[in-house]
Amino acid sequence: MAHSLHLTVDGQEHKLAVDPRTTLLDALRDRLGVMSAKKGCDHGQCGACTVLVDGRRLNSCLALALTHDGSEVTTSDGLAPAGELSTLHRTFLAQDAFQCGYCTPGQVCSAAGMLQEAAEDAPSVVTEDLEGPIELSDAEIRERMSGNLCRCGAYVNIVAAVSQAAEESR
Amino acid sequence: MSDLLPTTSIGTHQVRLDGPDKVRGRAPYAYEHPLDDPLYLYPLQAEIARGRAAHIDTSAAEAADGVVHVLTHTNAPDLEDTEDGELAILRSAEIGFRGQYLGAVIATTPEQARYAAGLVDIGYEQEEHDVELREDHPASREPESGSGDVFAGDFDAAFAEAAVSIDERYSTPMEHNNPMEPHTTVARWDGSELTLWTSTQGAHPARSTLAPILGLDPDRIRIISPHVGGGFGSKGVPHADMMLAALAAIAAPGRPVKYAVSRQQMFSITGYRAPTLQHIRLGARADGTLTAFAYDAVSLSSQTKEFPEEATKPGRMMYAGDNRRLTQRVVPLDVPVPSWMRAPGEAPGMVGLEIAMDELAVAAGLDPIELRVRNEPETDPDTGLPFNRRRLVDCLREGAKRFGWEERNPQPRTRRENGWLIGMGVAASTYPAGRQPGSVARIRRMPAGYEVAIGAADLGTGTWTALSQVAADALDVPIGQVELRIGDTALPNATVAGGSTGLVSWSAAVFAATEAFRAEHGTDPAVGAEAQGEAEANPAAEKFALHSFGAHFAEVRIHPATGEIRLGRMFGMFSAGRIVNPSTARSQFIGGMTMGVGMALHEKGELDPRFGHVVNHDLAEYHVPVNADIARIEAEWLDEEDPHAGPLGARGIGEIGIVGAAAAIANAAFNATGVRIRDLPIFGDAFLPT
Repeated sequence: MAHSLHLTVDGQEHKLAVDPRTTLLDALRDRLGVMSAKKGCDHGQCGACTVLVDGRRLNSCLALALTHDGSEVTTSDGLAPAGELSTLHRTFLAQDAFQCGYCTPGQVCSAAGMLQEAAEDAPSVVTEDLEGPIELSDAEIRERMSGNLCRCGAYVNIVAAVSQAAEESR
Repeated sequence: MSDLLPTTSIGTHQVRLDGPDKVRGRAPYAYEHPLDDPLYLYPLQAEIARGRAAHIDTSAAEAADGVVHVLTHTNAPDLEDTEDGELAILRSAEIGFRGQYLGAVIATTPEQARYAAGLVDIGYEQEEHDVELREDHPASREPESGSGDVFAGDFDAAFAEAAVSIDERYSTPMEHNNPMEPHTTVARWDGSELTLWTSTQGAHPARSTLAPILGLDPDRIRIISPHVGGGFGSKGVPHADMMLAALAAIAAPGRPVKYAVSRQQMFSITGYRAPTLQHIRLGARADGTLTAFAYDAVSLSSQTKEFPEEATKPGRMMYAGDNRRLTQRVVPLDVPVPSWMRAPGEAPGMVGLEIAMDELAVAAGLDPIELRVRNEPETDPDTGLPFNRRRLVDCLREGAKRFGWEERNPQPRTRRENGWLIGMGVAASTYPAGRQPGSVARIRRMPAGYEVAIGAADLGTGTWTALSQVAADALDVPIGQVELRIGDTALPNATVAGGSTGLVSWSAAVFAATEAFRAEHGTDPAVGAEAQGEAEANPAAEKFALHSFGAHFAEVRIHPATGEIRLGRMFGMFSAGRIVNPSTARSQFIGGMTMGVGMALHEKGELDPRFGHVVNHDLAEYHVPVNADIARIEAEWLDEEDPHAGPLGARGIGEIGIVGAAAAIANAAFNATGVRIRDLPIFGDAFLPT
């Protein structure tokens, strides 16, 4: 039994019909052929499927597609026009912030969402001053990026890449 | 000794050539190649550890929406060769471990396949199983595929006479590779040719393994694997999942069958590092020089297929000492099949040995670096050959300087900051410098440069970039004129990306091909001119013991009230010959060390003896390091070339970063608290009063 929904993915509008059991991640990958969001665990434990939904970062494997009818989904591939690179894309490359690349689009989306959260002064568990503006120290970045696993062990470089992007966009 | 290649691109920072596609998510991994009209597979797995699936009723599943086929041992396609217990799946109702494949549902959508798999009714005849490794297990035996025992001199007498000695037991746990991309195969059988889009560290080796089992000429199998989302050994050899997808495709011909192994399934299907028990006895003179060296290790293996996790391997060549005894045993039980995980043998072996050396240093009243310096062998104790250039002492001394080792107080439990106990530890690292013969590269003149084709793999190791750098220098052209093609059996044969042999082995093929190309076509070849060349074995391997070395330094803090242990910083100093790409190399060293932090502080598969499965079979409960666990990790290397490594002058670096890393952390924990850790991983309860 298929139900229809509208999704805007990386600026492109789609109308599709899905099984109610279909996750947002599977809708992207299996129905729309959008492979930038990766499946690493399918249980919200690794972050490889992180996308931005209406500007907020989200584990797309934990969301049912039908609950996002009308949403705007952005994957890492949608963060810059074809042939160009976003600031985060560039800093991930410059800092060699990945090895196999499988967790990377999720890391990039997570970083984009996290920079926005910090800009909105949302504190994290390591934030000392809960009222003031967020200073994105390495400790803040590590804490806020810990929902995205990287088995190749690129964390040191991911922190450097996110830090550089935060610096550049100040 | 061979002439070193003059370099222009090698040794320089080069941003990953595959990077722009990877940061955007456009590089296609196994699941992601655009294919029309795919089917989806969901497996059936045994829910007992030993016995048989006496009846399997598939009728409800077959009647479910979208189901195309249900595969079991009763209808599975024939196999030609059933010797390999792991890969010869669906041959009978017999069950050798919990999680073993009993079949698969193939359906039009992934949801339908998974739902219908739940409708299959399986009745079991259960037998008593045994999954518990212990040192005195009656099934313990010498491995059939091991390196053999070592007995030299008179260990017992020397140990009895030793002025200083230690006699301790160490253990390392079951660990799971957990690459971020789960093992995936998309298989299509068109009636005569089998195509597998898969995630493998070696397309050609995988084909060579599968072809005789399936009874197909290798030419009728094509394996495509341009991008691999990590492997760490688990994609080094085909596991049963690749076989299951192939059988499903043959059973449902014409359409691609997609099978992405779930994270949970990986814990029983795609290999793991077997747990080890290590008994180490070291005897030394008063000055710390070793006279007696015994290393007796036992590892878990599987009744289904043997895999010895040879913890004794590094003990064979690390340190001097005339009276030696090294024995390796395996205990084959009713467990999933263990396999390669980053530095099999060396990684667990250098946990026991390097903690033991730290203990001996304490017993002898020596600095642990000085103890190692005093036990440098002049030649390889295992083979008697001279070492290529053994620079362990340089790594230890240079690393100590850069890390600030002189600040360490050898007296444990003496440094406190903000209520935390702080400690520093050191451990040595080593890994053999292997180079495999048999890879072939093909060079073709293109309008704007050269195409270099070889079936190599990039699993995050940087092959796309580093091998392009090697080819650019071999051909003496800018890197922009090299068009590399890898990851496909339609390209010339390549050996596996494993055991730190990938880049050096493929580079040898590129050098041979360049030589053949220039001999045939000169330096101004016509477009379309081509030649190929094959890598030979490294002749130096017969005259020298070829190894890389390194030294790890760690600083940890431990809270005396809670036992919480945190890594403060870590530094690795390595000797690995010439470094091809400093950016990707640093990442690989640090990546290995980061996995070593996981080995030290996080990772343990909890095998439930009652049911025979890994209970914590996902990433929420099997902990790997997250970003917040990794503070400062740095890696550096000695500026050098290996004169016995061929024109490249380099040795592989995939494994050495993890070897010894966990021991450095355990030794730092001792320095912080006075509590000696001999069993990994280190959890907080180790530091609390009992």
